[in-house]
Amino acid sequence: MNESQHVSSQFDEDLGRLRTHVLQMGGLVETQISAAIEAYTTGEIASVKTIVETDRKVNDLEKAIDDDCAHIIAKRQPTASDLRLVLGISKIVTDLERAGDEAKKIAKGVRRIYDNGHLPAQYGVGIRHLAEAALAMVRQALDAFARLDGALAVSVIRADADVDVEFKSIIRQLITHMMEDPRTITTSIDIISISRAIERIGDHAKNISEQVIFVVEGRDIRHNKEAIK
Amino acid sequence: MQTHDKPQLKAEARNLNFYYGQTQALKNINMPIYDKKVTALIGPSGCGKSTYLRSFNRMHDLYPGNRYEGEIRFFPDNSNLLSADVDPIEVRMRVGMVFQKPNPFPKTIYENVAYGLRVRGEKNKRILDEKVENALRGAAIWDEVKDRLQDLAPNLSGGQQQRLCIARALATDPELLLFDEPTSALDPIATGAIEELVHELKTRVTILIVTHNMQQAARVSDYTAYMYLGEMIEFGKTDEIFIKPQDKRTEDYITGRMG
Repeated sequence: MNESQHVSSQFDEDLGRLRTHVLQMGGLVETQISAAIEAYTTGEIASVKTIVETDRKVNDLEKAIDDDCAHIIAKRQPTASDLRLVLGISKIVTDLERAGDEAKKIAKGVRRIYDNGHLPAQYGVGIRHLAEAALAMVRQALDAFARLDGALAVSVIRADADVDVEFKSIIRQLITHMMEDPRTITTSIDIISISRAIERIGDHAKNISEQVIFVVEGRDIRHNKEAIK
Repeated sequence: MQTHDKPQLKAEARNLNFYYGQTQALKNINMPIYDKKVTALIGPSGCGKSTYLRSFNRMHDLYPGNRYEGEIRFFPDNSNLLSADVDPIEVRMRVGMVFQKPNPFPKTIYENVAYGLRVRGEKNKRILDEKVENALRGAAIWDEVKDRLQDLAPNLSGGQQQRLCIARALATDPELLLFDEPTSALDPIATGAIEELVHELKTRVTILIVTHNMQQAARVSDYTAYMYLGEMIEFGKTDEIFIKPQDKRTEDYITGRMG
């Protein structure tokens, strides 16, 4: 990635603004996710409304950033690292927006659980751990983007495998509980959908990191497990 | 998509140096020109790309004090275009040139295209007619001029004049065509027509094109070479150069970071 300045300072400003907006959007999505985890553990379902409202801002930013990308392509015909940055960003915002949607799903699941009673104690720790791992992935993916740090992006991609393993183990646990005590099925299904959403957030962080590697190194490592070994 | 089989060489610069008197304009250029491919030369003004291009048809011979070192090998005969015992006139029959500004002769459309053939000694009217028509068709201008072949060429529009110049270059059946910023004096529509033509021509002829328009290089060429201060900095497939150049200097130039 090239950090020296363009002859056209206006072009530098356009790209700088684009990157700032992505980080702004990322910040909003991070708060959505952490608020959703918080609501899950504390039962403070008042924050669910905020999470849903934040989602509108995230959606607006996604559209605005995509629009800016289209304008830069039309006006500047970016090449090489500039082209990779613009292409990467237009994919990154899609994943960020979807991660925000997953946070919204978590929040709604939390509301259903607490509306029907309370969260059974045994489901607290595992989910929280999973959620924190996924949130850390999102944070690091955004850091990797901000600093154009390919090595950090690679470590995020590796972390996704751990999240997947943990997700599967939670699902196995839930299945066992449901078989032992069918009364837990309603809550368990909500918890499954919450875990699923968390696992998807990890996937989006991974996708973002793959785009960071494309932006930085020009390598497309999607669907290629060998590439990061 | 690019095919994987290695293209054949049409020409190759080997340790090519060029001097305008004391000034060295090309520094040890080594570069392949692949057969029936379009190769674009890009680089800032004064980087030597036009000098390099003009070496291929011995244009520099016209001025005293100019000096070549090294070779430009031309295939399949593996001759050295720069060798003193190679006749520059014969070189220019095989290596045609189209300039930045359309420069038709102040003659009729027909005579512009027939000129090279007449220089070569062709007198047969039937053969001349046929070759003129083929060249004009090849340059995608036949339909526009077929009813006015005896009109004066300078009365054509800029874009038509440039295609006429391409027809003139095609008339002698060259193996390599050199384009020196062929569209810089044309509007976007005429530019599009020339680019389309370049694309069609490469089924028959190898093309080397100098352009200041980066997007044009990206659109029309299979290979791109970036030159700077008389040196060949990077040569590679156009697709790769414009997505992921290997050299920082290429990157800075094509992304507009060079002052």
